[in-house]
Amino acid sequence: MAALLESLLSHKVDIIKVVDWLKSAGDEDKLSISELGLTVHKEEFVPFLLNFLREQSSQALTHGPATPAKTPSRPRPAAQTHVFSEKRGCKSASGGNGTRAASRRRGGRKKSGGNMSLGGRGRGGHYIDETGGRRSVRGGEGYGRIIEQVSPPSVGQLNFNNLEEFPPVGSSPISPAASKPTRRINPTPVSAERPRSKPKTCFTSTPFSKPSSPLSGVVPLEGSMTGGSSLSLQEERELLKKEKTKRAQQVGSPQPSSLEPCTPTKTVLKTGSKVTPEQQTTCPEPSKVTFSLELDLLVELYSTCISENLVPNIFLELFFVMQLLTSRSPHTHDDEQESLCAAHSHSGVQLVHNCVYFAVKVLENQFQLVAHLDKCTLRLLAENERVASFSPHLRDLLTQAQDKSTAKVTELYLSTFIHSVPFQPDTDNRSNFSSDKAFHIFKKQRDIFYEVLREWEDFHKEPGWNFDTALGNRIRGMMSQMTSAGNHSHFARLFLKQLIQMCKGPRVNSTSGDAPDADLLGMLGAEGLGRLKRLEERLIQPHGVVGPCSPPSFPGYQEFFRDFLQAASCCQLNQHLQDSLCQQLLQLDEVSILSPPASICERDKEEEEEDGDMEQQKQRFSSVLLLARLLAKFLGFISFLPYQTSEKPSREIQDTAIALRSKSVPVLDVCAVLRNSIRRRHTILTVPWLVEFLSMLDFIGPRLLCYRTTLGTLLLFACRKLVLDRCEEMCYLNKLLMVSVLGWLFQIPVIPEDIFFTSEFTEVAKVEESDINVAGLDCIPLVDQQLLYTCCPFLGEFRKLLAAFVSGSTAKSGGIIRKITPTSAELKDTPAAHRSQQKLQVDLEQAFFHNQPPSLRRTVEFVAERVGSNAVKHMKATLVNELVGRGEKMLRDGLGSPNSNPSKLNDSICAQLCDAGLEALARATRFCCEKSPEAIRILLPHETSPTVLATSENITKRLATEKACSWLSANITDCSENCQHLSQTLFCNKADRANIICTVS
Amino acid sequence: MLHTIDMKPTNTLMRLSRAEYKEIVRWTEKLRPTRRCMKILKDKFPSHSQSTLLSIFSLEYQKWIKRTFSRHHVPDVIESYYQRYLSEAKAQPTAPVLLELANEVDLSPALMARIILDRFLQGQDGGMPSKSVLNSMLKEPSLIPDQILASNVYQCTINDCCYGPLVDCIKHAIGHEHEVLLREKLKEKNLSFLDENHLRTMGYDKTPDIILEVPVAVEGHIVHWIESKASFGDDQSHQTYLNEQFWSYWNRFGPGLVIYWYGFIGELDCQRDRGILLKDCFPTDIVTLCHATQQDRSPESQNKDKE
Repeated sequence: MAALLESLLSHKVDIIKVVDWLKSAGDEDKLSISELGLTVHKEEFVPFLLNFLREQSSQALTHGPATPAKTPSRPRPAAQTHVFSEKRGCKSASGGNGTRAASRRRGGRKKSGGNMSLGGRGRGGHYIDETGGRRSVRGGEGYGRIIEQVSPPSVGQLNFNNLEEFPPVGSSPISPAASKPTRRINPTPVSAERPRSKPKTCFTSTPFSKPSSPLSGVVPLEGSMTGGSSLSLQEERELLKKEKTKRAQQVGSPQPSSLEPCTPTKTVLKTGSKVTPEQQTTCPEPSKVTFSLELDLLVELYSTCISENLVPNIFLELFFVMQLLTSRSPHTHDDEQESLCAAHSHSGVQLVHNCVYFAVKVLENQFQLVAHLDKCTLRLLAENERVASFSPHLRDLLTQAQDKSTAKVTELYLSTFIHSVPFQPDTDNRSNFSSDKAFHIFKKQRDIFYEVLREWEDFHKEPGWNFDTALGNRIRGMMSQMTSAGNHSHFARLFLKQLIQMCKGPRVNSTSGDAPDADLLGMLGAEGLGRLKRLEERLIQPHGVVGPCSPPSFPGYQEFFRDFLQAASCCQLNQHLQDSLCQQLLQLDEVSILSPPASICERDKEEEEEDGDMEQQKQRFSSVLLLARLLAKFLGFISFLPYQTSEKPSREIQDTAIALRSKSVPVLDVCAVLRNSIRRRHTILTVPWLVEFLSMLDFIGPRLLCYRTTLGTLLLFACRKLVLDRCEEMCYLNKLLMVSVLGWLFQIPVIPEDIFFTSEFTEVAKVEESDINVAGLDCIPLVDQQLLYTCCPFLGEFRKLLAAFVSGSTAKSGGIIRKITPTSAELKDTPAAHRSQQKLQVDLEQAFFHNQPPSLRRTVEFVAERVGSNAVKHMKATLVNELVGRGEKMLRDGLGSPNSNPSKLNDSICAQLCDAGLEALARATRFCCEKSPEAIRILLPHETSPTVLATSENITKRLATEKACSWLSANITDCSENCQHLSQTLFCNKADRANIICTVS
Repeated sequence: MLHTIDMKPTNTLMRLSRAEYKEIVRWTEKLRPTRRCMKILKDKFPSHSQSTLLSIFSLEYQKWIKRTFSRHHVPDVIESYYQRYLSEAKAQPTAPVLLELANEVDLSPALMARIILDRFLQGQDGGMPSKSVLNSMLKEPSLIPDQILASNVYQCTINDCCYGPLVDCIKHAIGHEHEVLLREKLKEKNLSFLDENHLRTMGYDKTPDIILEVPVAVEGHIVHWIESKASFGDDQSHQTYLNEQFWSYWNRFGPGLVIYWYGFIGELDCQRDRGILLKDCFPTDIVTLCHATQQDRSPESQNKDKE
């Protein structure tokens, strides 16, 4: 690996050859370079490259969460290449054994370690070459301002003091050092800004510390900074411990003691007192970039890996790149330390120049990807002074892209009111129960369920409140009553309906405050943010950048439902829920394809009018997708609940469990579902919900054949079908959504890290070619930015990171912006009285449907859709035809006359036609008002009460008219300002409504 | 009380602050359920409607009786009351001795009548008299075999404005009357609804007085159902109603409206955003789905409106 990179950097191997090899689809796994006698596998090269880049840059990344890609340990990157920091001369000075050296530092040798400078800044310090017994701090390790004392680690003791990134460590089965556990020393740069920043909380790399550690000076400091988040920090530490143990066990080394990365403990706490002084950060300049040729090479390699989906998670890589962009290299004023590193005082500075250079280049290269981020992120990027100074071109592109970006990450309009599940006599009255007793017990249970829910709403955020203590007994009492009455199926239905009602929308009520933040940033832009700094220090709660790999979570109300199931621990209930979830999921997977979305393909040729329809399709799709994801997550949660363990079981236990579990049928045949979906090209629906399901897997799950095959298939699918730059049958955003959720899945703890770079997983899998005759969902542009951000909330991390940089560049803080709770939330336009009236009308409409049988709503929506569409057709066939004819004639006549001015003529004809075109709206309105009631009357049950019937008719009229008029006004009459205004107002209404339907239905 | 329905002066306060309520309660403690006392209360709080004051008094008196009833309902105490009644009735056959006894020992006259009648019937045939016999005799004292006791019981029940069959009857009638009133108001407003009887036949397990077929918005809050309460809403009764009725309605039909015709403690109206709205009268600010106006308007006119 190292050799290949080395030869590339020294131009012995042509970059084109390597890039082509990377681009070649899976079959050509090996690259042989005969003149060097090299054979390289892709699955080895890619992780090597990723690790290499991280190690090269880790010194600069003292802010934000670490972003280790989930790579199995492969041969360590060549330490001898120091493009980010070292002076040219240093490069060749290092020996060729860097790779091995990296894995050797252990045991006895360390014991000899007294004080040594691990060179907080220099690359060379990363590895300790023990071969000569020297504690080498190789190369230009810059200004290692902190002296790290290596204490002899006691055997078997977990070193929880590592505040630095969690190293992407593992064992390397094929490296020369195979017999030894690989070890990488992570330098622990104690920069002044470090303790101030919020602890990094990327779950793959959480910092952790033991109270008793020599770090105790830092811990309270952090504690005081992080304030209320100590709980989550604690949780994250637990997670990290788990993760760490897991990794350790995976290495499978016989010596437990050797599993712990021996990061030197820090004893120098001078920095603690240096938190406050203003940091002077180096301002990166393009002119100070060194090794630009080498960097360009790396950019090309790296970009290829990203473009070709060879990396596990493209957004993780993008995040890493943005971290590089925003990296800092603080100067120190400590005399003693300055003298220590005086000799290399430049390299740290250089480091930043090179990091930024590299980052900007990659961003340029990956511009298409970047351009799909939200407006706010784009703005922050465009206003980033480093981007401006390194690539004005990129800045301009970003500025332009801002205008195109539709996703202001705002919340959809959400009905603020949470409804209960309506009592429907058809399913809920006495005749649906086996006995009077069962009926009455269920009556009580419904009330208890809501009572518990209300209590949770009121108290769950209070400190010290515990779900099980407060509600556990009541819930369990209810379950035992249910068992005696046999009411599980009824309760399961109530439970699921309430779950869907409360949680289907995009993250209602979860982390309230994210949105104002976004708005604030959008409003103020970069300059304004600096001014917020002082405000920040008063009003604030810590607001960490956690990186793009948040672990699976149950945000908002989902938490209630999860905790309820856990407290109830009722196997009957779970079984009923499972049955019902499976059925609903599979139905969703089918239904949505049979109804509107599929039909648009066949009909969009003949009806271009379906422009507005597309919007509806998208909304329908997004509604189905979000629902399916919710259901799948809970199905996964319930299905794998019995197997969840807090720690990863040992290999033997795993093997037994696999043997045992492979005999029983899994709850859902995910393989078949996936294969079917690929064949029928509706992966854009299936893959995102499958990911949610699989994210709930227990530790053993991924090793069971069915899930292993599925994971492997997903992996292959991602590499083959989802390459973003290749414009094939799938739309960009569709692919991006899938790539993003898959990347996230592959990064979560229970998915083994070896999945990505081995053939073990892929050998069982194969991606069948999809049926060319089927026009599936995949080829329809169904995903928009809004949906992307809803499904991947972690994409918001880019914004946070960049905003942190902005606030940090003027502030002394560690560069993490904190959340401000704006008291002047009214800044967003105070809703006009008329708007609130409109909202009330919409609420009333929704409320009307709420207590009616679901079929009534379906009927109304269906009729409105058809009548509206017919109205448009009718107008096209009559009025529009006539108008076009008239217009043509007027144009011909006008042009025929002497001294005609074509543009004036055009304007006047347009104006005339436009007036006539307005007629179309009136006529379409009449059409809809006439036809809708007829259809509704025929379709609703004969017994429907007159009021309900009249209301249904009116709603149908309104919906149909709205649909017809919005199309007509957009397509016929928008030639004058007047009409544009009209169409705009109509569109506004429509958008509002559409949003509402999307969230409520 | 009957005649007070809907007679409240429009300027009286029905929605009391907790402080005002407490002030009234403090006064009621000194009063007994007599007409004279009611007059005192009215004079003391002229700005409050009479029915509100009566309702508050009644609720407070009931609470007080609940607290003290056990003191009276002990065999030897009962026996001593009975003996006193016997001797005094013997001495003055026409005097309202039982009523006076009740007032003397601070017990509701109607309850005193029940205790004594119960004891009397036990003495007659030795066994425990059935509840229904007891109730029917209280309702219709002429059924009581003893003439003197019959007239004493009668005096007790008609002089008690908080307990007894007469009061029950009045309460029931008032409740019913308000429901009728509510239905009339709804019809007046052209709001169609299903009432309790209708809902029961459809098999609903919990039924508010009214379910609107098409929901409306009252003061900006969606309302699906309406419950009518012909009493004052104090903390205790409201809490009980919430647990036993209002939340159950919410759990089945969504947000709704409770009308406490005789007012309520204003602070209790704190669940509006959660879907329970309190009013002391039929609301005036009602918004309905207004398609009728929309459909008649052509797009042009809408357009002009926007501008």
